[in-house]
Amino acid sequence: MNTTTYNRRSFFKVSAVAGGGILFGFNMLTAQKTEAGVAEVLADANQINGYIQIDSKGIVTIMSANPEVGQNVKTSMPMIVAEELDVAWKNVIVKQAPLDTKNFVRQVAGGSQSLRFSWKALRTAGATARQMLINAAAQKWGISPSECTTNEGVIRNSKGQTVTYGEIAAEAVKMEVPKDVPLKNPKDFKIIGKNTTNVDIKAITTGKPLFGLDYKREGMLYAVALRPPAFGQTLASFDDKETRKVNGVKDVIKFGNKIAVLATSTWAAIKGQKALKATWTGDTKAESTEEHDKKMLAFLDTPSSAPKRNDGDVKTAFANADKVLERTFHGPFMPHNSMEPMNFFANVTADKAELVGPTQRPEETRKQVATLLGMKEDQVSVEMTRIGGGFGRRLMWDFALEAAEISKLAKKPVQLVFTREDDMTAGLYRPATKYKFRVAIKDKKVTAYHLTGTGINGQNFVRETFFPAGAFENLLMESHNVESKITTAPWRAPITNFLAFAEQAFFDEVAREIGADPVQFRLDLFEQARVNAQKGMKFDYDVDKSIGVIKLAAEKSNWGKAEKGVYQGFSAYYSHNTYVAEVAEVVMQNNQPVIKRIVCAIDCGIVVNPVAAINQSEGGVIDGIGHAMFGDFSFVDGKPQANNFNKFRLIRMSEVPKVEIHFVPSLNDPTGLGEPTLPPVGAAIANAIFAATGKRLYSFPFAKELGMQGS
Amino acid sequence: MPTYKLTVNKKKYEVNADADTPILWVLRDHLNLVGTKYGCGIAQCGACTIHLDGKATRSCVLPVSSIGNKAITTIEGLSEDGTHPLQEAWATHDVPQCGYCQAGQIMTAAALLASNPKPTEEEIVTAMQGNICRCATYNHIKDAILTASRK
Ligand code: FES
Ligand code: FES
Repeated sequence: MNTTTYNRRSFFKVSAVAGGGILFGFNMLTAQKTEAGVAEVLADANQINGYIQIDSKGIVTIMSANPEVGQNVKTSMPMIVAEELDVAWKNVIVKQAPLDTKNFVRQVAGGSQSLRFSWKALRTAGATARQMLINAAAQKWGISPSECTTNEGVIRNSKGQTVTYGEIAAEAVKMEVPKDVPLKNPKDFKIIGKNTTNVDIKAITTGKPLFGLDYKREGMLYAVALRPPAFGQTLASFDDKETRKVNGVKDVIKFGNKIAVLATSTWAAIKGQKALKATWTGDTKAESTEEHDKKMLAFLDTPSSAPKRNDGDVKTAFANADKVLERTFHGPFMPHNSMEPMNFFANVTADKAELVGPTQRPEETRKQVATLLGMKEDQVSVEMTRIGGGFGRRLMWDFALEAAEISKLAKKPVQLVFTREDDMTAGLYRPATKYKFRVAIKDKKVTAYHLTGTGINGQNFVRETFFPAGAFENLLMESHNVESKITTAPWRAPITNFLAFAEQAFFDEVAREIGADPVQFRLDLFEQARVNAQKGMKFDYDVDKSIGVIKLAAEKSNWGKAEKGVYQGFSAYYSHNTYVAEVAEVVMQNNQPVIKRIVCAIDCGIVVNPVAAINQSEGGVIDGIGHAMFGDFSFVDGKPQANNFNKFRLIRMSEVPKVEIHFVPSLNDPTGLGEPTLPPVGAAIANAIFAATGKRLYSFPFAKELGMQGS
Repeated sequence: MPTYKLTVNKKKYEVNADADTPILWVLRDHLNLVGTKYGCGIAQCGACTIHLDGKATRSCVLPVSSIGNKAITTIEGLSEDGTHPLQEAWATHDVPQCGYCQAGQIMTAAALLASNPKPTEEEIVTAMQGNICRCATYNHIKDAILTASRK
C-alpha cells in the first residue's frame, strides 16, 4: 500500500511496515536558494531524503539525512519532526540516513544553513504524519478529526477514548495524505527549545567507529600520497626502490602529479611515502607571501572599474573633509585543520564506484567522481560518515577524487589517508586578504566611507549589502582579485571571518577619533540606516535586530562600567542571517593582555536545541579568538611554512576565556549558528587590547604583533 | 616482522608488526580498536591518548616494541558499559561537537582524576593543555571534568 501526494514544494510518501507499522517518507528540504553556493540545492523537490517510521509499539525512528559535522543537525532536525508529530523524545531513535539507496536519494550539506533550509519541511513532515494518524483514529471512532487531540503519541477523543500512534499505524497507511496541515504555534513547543543531548553521545564517548578514518572493508589497502611540496610544481621523476622495501607496502602508483603508496597498514603507507624520492619542477617564485603582499598592496591603491557599490558622491565628501582616517588590515592564509585529517574510502570497479567518507557535499562529490571516472551518476554511490570537523574544507571533494582515482588504478578498495602534514600542506586554504578603509570626517561626523578589498583567488572580497552599506550616504566598495596557484576554499564564515575583524576594529578607531562611545557610534549608524532605507537605500540586514543584539551585549557586559583593571572592546556583525554583538574583556597580567571574558548576544530566531546552540556559538567565538591570536600561515616559493601543530598554533585550554552566550528571545524561524559568532570576535578582542595597551592591531596573528611569548 | 604480546583493555593479543610501528596504528589497523584517534602523529594534539599502566600516554609516538609488559587501556576499555563518571559527565554537559578529539580528552582527564580525584580548575587546565579541540569545546570539557570529580 502506497499513498503519494505531490504539491509544488513537498513530497510525501506513505507505506506499510511489516508488523503493523507505518513509514512516512518526505523531502527534508524544499528547493531554496543558498548563499555563495555553499549549500546544495535540490533541483527537483520530488525526492525523498527523510523518513519517519512508527512501529506498532509506538517507537519512532527518524532518519536524519544531513551530514553531521558538529553542528548538531543529527539531533536538532529530528527534534523538529518529533515536535510537530507530538511524540515523547524518549521514544525517538535517530539514525543517519545513507546516501543512494533506492529510497534515500540525496543529502544536503552546508554549514550554518542546514536548519534554516529544512525548518519548514521538517515541521510539515511531522505535522502531516500526525494528521494522518489522527484521521485514521477519527475514522475508526466515526467522528470528525477535529474532535481529536494528541499528546506524546496518544490520540484522545472528546469522549475520553484513546489510541496510541503504534496501535493506529496500520490503519493510517490507508488514509489520504492530508494537505495544508496547520503547524504548531511556536509558543506551544515542548521539544524545541529544550536541552537535548547529542544522539551520538554514547558512541562518541565509548570510541565506536563513526568517522571516515574508522571505516574499513575486507581486502582494503591504506593509501598515503605524495603531492608536490610547493604550489606550482609538477612531478618530474621519482624513485620508489626504498618504498617498495617497506614491510606491508603493496604498490606504488603515479597518478597525475602525485604518487600513492598502498599498504596493508596506515603506518606502512606513511613510511613508504617518506621513503619516496621525487624530483619536482616548475616556477614557484610568484607564490611567496612576499610577492602576494606586493600585488595586493598595489591593488589597494588601484581604483576598480567596476565597484561593488557606489552610493552618493564619495569623491566630493573626501575633498571637503576636515580629516581623512585611513587604515590597512592584513589577513593571512589559513588552513582548516579539521581534527580528523582528510580521508576517503573508494572502491572502483569496472561498472561502479562506491565511496564512503566524511563529506559535507555528498551529491556534488558523486557528480565529480562520475565525471572523473566517465561513469553515469547512478553508477556512483557516496555514503557519509560522521565528520571530524569541516570548517569549510569538507565542502570540497579533492580527497574523494584522489581516492577514486587511486582505487581505479590499483583495482582495489582503498582508504586514502592524509597525514597531518599532508592535510596542512596540500592546499585549499582560506585566502589571504587585505583591506584598506578610509573615512572622510567633517564636523566630527563621518561623511563618506571607502573600502577596498583584495585577496587571493576570490570573486568578491567585500560584502556590499551588509552594514555599513546603508548607513552612509556616500559609500564606495571595491574588490580586486589576485590570481594564484595556491588553492583556496571557503573557511568558516567565508570572507567575513577577516573582513568583520578589520571593519569592526576600524570602527572602534573612528569612534574614538570623533570622540564617540563605540556602542553609541554603532547605534547611531543603524538609526541612520533606518532613515536611509526610507529614502530607498537597499541593504540586507534588519536594523531592529542589529540594534537589539548591540543593546543586549552592552547590557549583559555592563558596557562602560567594567571594574578597574578590566578593559572592554566592542564589536558586532551580521552574517548567515544571524545577528551577533560581542564584548571582550581583557586584563593585564605580567605586562601582557589576557582575554578573560566574552559576552556574546545573538539573534538567530528560535533556538532549537539550546545546549547545542550554546556549544556551537562558544566554539565559533573561541575558534575566532584562536585564529586571531595565533593563526599564522605563509608561503615561500609556493611552499607552506607550517605543516603540523608544532608550527601552526591552535588555541588550547589555558588560553580560552569564559564565554557567555545570550540569545534574543524570538519566535522567528531559526537561522545559522555554525559561523556567525566567529567574525565579530577578532575586533572585540583587538578593541579591548587597545583599551588595555594603547596598541592597535592590524594583522593576524595578534600574539606576534604584541610580541607575546611562544608566537 | 616480529611478534608482540600486548594486553589491551585486559585482553591478550599477539600482533606482527615492525618494531617502529606506533601503538596507535597497531590499535587502529591491526586490532580494529578505532576509538583512539590520529590527529598529528607528533605528540602535539592528544587525540591518540591511551593509558599505559594507568598513565596518559600519546600512542602516536610510542613504538610497539617499547610497550613490554605494560597494560594498555583505550577509550573502548575505560569502563565496561560507558558509565565512567567522565563518560556520564560528557553527556550531562553535552560536550562534543564533531566529537573527533573527545576520546583523547576523556582519556587524559581519566588519568588526571585517577591520580588527583579532586583537581582544581588550574590543575585541570594544566593536565588538559596537551589536548587540542579544534571545535573549541574547552569550557564544556572543563565543566564536565569538574562535575565528574564531584561524584
Ligand atoms: S595524534 Fe598523537 S598527539 Fe596528536
Ligand atoms: S569536538 Fe571536534 S575537535 Fe573536539
